[in-house]
Amino acid sequence: MGAIRIAASMQGVHCVLHAPQGDSYADLLFTMIARSAKRPPVTYTSFQARDLGADTAELVRKTLRETVERFQPRALLVGEACTGELLQDQPAALAQGMGFDCPVVPLELPAFTRKEHWGASETFHQLVRTLLRGQQPRTLDPVAEGRRPRANLLGATALGFRCRDDIAEVTKLLDSAGVDVNLSAPAGASPEDLLRIPEADFNVCLYPEIAQSTCVWLERMFKQPWVKTVPIGVGATRDFLIEVGEVAGIDTSAAIAAGRTRLPWFSRSVDSTYLTGKRVFIFGDASHVIAAARIATEELGFEVVGLGSYSREFARELRAAAERHGVEALISDDYLEVEAAVLELAPELVLGTQMERHIAKRAGIPCAVISSPVHVQDFPARYAPQMGFEGANVIFDTWVHPLMMGLEEHLITMFREDEEFNDEAVASHLGSGKLTAASADTAPGPATTAEPTTSADGMGADAAPAWEPEAERELKKIPFFVRGKARRNTERYAAERGVARITVETLYDAKAYFGR
Amino acid sequence: MTDMRSRSQAKASPACAANGLGAGIGDQGAGQLSAGQLGAGDLAGNLQVQHEQGQRQVFCGLAGIVWLHRKIQDAFFLVVGSRTCAHLLQSAAGVMIFAEPRFATAVLGDRDLAGLADCNEELDRVVTELLARRPDIGTLFLVASCPSEVIKLDLENAAERLARAQQGRVRVLAYSGSGLDTTFTQGEDTCLSALVPVLPEAAAGSDALLVLGTLPDVVEDQFRRLFEALGIPSLHFLPPRRGSELPPVGPGTRLLAAQPFVGDTAAALIDRGATLIAAPYPFGIEGTRAWIGVAAEAFGISAERVEAVTAPAAKRAAVGLERYRAQLAGKRISFLPDSQLEIPLARFLQRECGMELVEVGVPYLDRRMMGAELDWLPAALRLTEGQDLERQLDRLRADRPDLTVCGLGLANPLEAEGLTTKWSIELVFSPVHGFDQAADLAELFVRPLNRRERLAF
Repeated sequence: MGAIRIAASMQGVHCVLHAPQGDSYADLLFTMIARSAKRPPVTYTSFQARDLGADTAELVRKTLRETVERFQPRALLVGEACTGELLQDQPAALAQGMGFDCPVVPLELPAFTRKEHWGASETFHQLVRTLLRGQQPRTLDPVAEGRRPRANLLGATALGFRCRDDIAEVTKLLDSAGVDVNLSAPAGASPEDLLRIPEADFNVCLYPEIAQSTCVWLERMFKQPWVKTVPIGVGATRDFLIEVGEVAGIDTSAAIAAGRTRLPWFSRSVDSTYLTGKRVFIFGDASHVIAAARIATEELGFEVVGLGSYSREFARELRAAAERHGVEALISDDYLEVEAAVLELAPELVLGTQMERHIAKRAGIPCAVISSPVHVQDFPARYAPQMGFEGANVIFDTWVHPLMMGLEEHLITMFREDEEFNDEAVASHLGSGKLTAASADTAPGPATTAEPTTSADGMGADAAPAWEPEAERELKKIPFFVRGKARRNTERYAAERGVARITVETLYDAKAYFGR
Repeated sequence: MTDMRSRSQAKASPACAANGLGAGIGDQGAGQLSAGQLGAGDLAGNLQVQHEQGQRQVFCGLAGIVWLHRKIQDAFFLVVGSRTCAHLLQSAAGVMIFAEPRFATAVLGDRDLAGLADCNEELDRVVTELLARRPDIGTLFLVASCPSEVIKLDLENAAERLARAQQGRVRVLAYSGSGLDTTFTQGEDTCLSALVPVLPEAAAGSDALLVLGTLPDVVEDQFRRLFEALGIPSLHFLPPRRGSELPPVGPGTRLLAAQPFVGDTAAALIDRGATLIAAPYPFGIEGTRAWIGVAAEAFGISAERVEAVTAPAAKRAAVGLERYRAQLAGKRISFLPDSQLEIPLARFLQRECGMELVEVGVPYLDRRMMGAELDWLPAALRLTEGQDLERQLDRLRADRPDLTVCGLGLANPLEAEGLTTKWSIELVFSPVHGFDQAADLAELFVRPLNRRERLAF
């Protein structure tokens, strides 16, 4: 899958995979999730049981021959899907022996141990290595040559999170600092473009999950320094420009001063007071999670109560980030484990991938998506980068809109007994009336978020303390959007102290104990 | 494997990988297509079949889990496979992870590949944990995948072992959803075949109708009402809604296939004494009437009685269908091979909606299951079996039909080339069988044409 993402990102590259019938489902991730108008440039050998008795190596050769003839790629990636690996036909070696005109990049991706990002990273690295073989490091001096410094933007891929707009935004950002973009890769690049990588003065590692190993290699082989800061958030974007200045030997302070972003002011605006200390749980790929944790704390005034990632390759960086925020990093690709952490921490906002969006929806917690794995909704029609100053604007809106606004909270608290604001009333624009249980489940918006009960959220499932009717009535007086949390906290408080029946006193004891 | 994701991250041991290759796998091949069957073949009648081999753009049989787990409410499907299998299920069925789903993947890691003993041990551990955590599971299916087949992990043996360990509390069965053996809907066939040996024996002398193949509950209920009105003595459906309600089978069982992809299951049921009723499939008015008619005939129910019972539903179906017929008549349609529903759907669109068939592709042609349908197809039809994707797309571009039925991987790229498409998976998931869905079925083909007409750009 990682290899396909690289091939699909580029022009003139084709991938041949020795894979059984059925593995072609990967195509639909591109054509349906990213709404790609072209099939990804992949050909599968599509072997079936009957082929296994015969010569599968011949099938590989036939597929390679026909693919090269039909698509005439300028670089050919050859690898195996997991089952193909077991056949040991060594398709890459076969391809190398077939005398094709184009460079053949063998992919050795142990599908049984490694995952998609690693596969993409390794594929990109191998492709760059193969194509640059024999090239020497350049002696570059922009000042002497009378030109602006040039950078390569590395790491953007098909199916990556908002890559399309990030490239545009970072290109603008670098332009404002007086830096030209030599090329962006893998997204949008052709094999000929990759040959020009050494012509840049430095590299920008936009997505370390994909490009870090390539940047490290280019530094070693071509003496190209690389910019390590990922410019997501206002602070990181400023740091990025500072680092660009250091690496390129230019003064970027004017570009930093000229950066237009509304996030800092919107965040200081008094209507944002209610964001203070909002408890947020963050999960996704390592780079987006680390960036999100910084924005959440430094730029929005949230409190990070948990963070984690499925990127095991970046576990060290994640643990360091988690330590900065005083939490322990959850490194896992088991969504049930992530779900358990979310339920346990009961955050007020979840920032995650599509998986966490499902988890948060089920738990009735507001959520914004910050990272791949992606969904068709993560390919918006409008310009919506995550990086740079405009990215910070997008992030402010995306994270804050799912939350109930502070003024709304106050109004609801003040008027909660009123006919209209009563939490069982439907929104006034939907006509008056009470919510029925059925419509409450289907109506959109936080106002109708299902209130998790002890049995539904699985906490304290056995021997849950019972509620006195009076305490239950008191609980109803708490605004509905925090009622679920109050219920859980009270039950946890009671359970931990062996209180069998929850009274009004227990409710307030728990409130005092847990705070807001 | 927590919930089943194997965490075995042991060192690579390449030696293991070779293990399991060999002739045996070839022998397990699903039989419909045999290698070397290239070129045109003559079918009963004058219908020519073109055979193709090459790259395929289809799902493997694991995709069947998406509807099977919804149908059999107390069953759990545990795929023993790779990350790719887990990824397929997650993306194909990802929308259903709201409730903890009743399917999962036990991911084979390097250590599992290294030794089958370890692998079996790991599987036992995962299953034991799963069953302890999910007491609602009545039937557990261990689903073989491409890698488990290639390393020759014997899941049938494992199923027996695990069933013994559960002491009858849970039924454990194994089947293959591997792309080596199964194409898309064929995964239902292998699943239902695994159920056949555990079906109870029907009492001697009891006549019953067994309807074979997953139908949406709403459609199943409609058919139930029709068959009961006809006076069919005893009626069962396979798969049942619960694994604990398995239908009996025996010499009095008359089999009626509701889906064309259940050939192996039908054969297994015939081995247990059942008789297969040869019928077209219940798509459209004509198909549904014939399907019910031949079943009734097998039970000695008169044609008049069938007419009386089906007339009201057929009449309103005709009213509903009329609206769409006008929009489909004269339009040219091609089917790429995908779900096995291609032949009966093409027949419906040609005979009842007036469409012109350009090419009908099927993943494999099961002549026994398709006999009655083939008789209804025009003799000049271009019928292709198997797939060589690029060549098929070349033909499609040359044909430029008004509508192309294809999988989701191809739909958008073809739309971008200016072709109008209907994605086939919707035809598998939507209620489209029977009289009361005949118009809905036609509408599924009308919608993309209609949309194309509405949009200004």
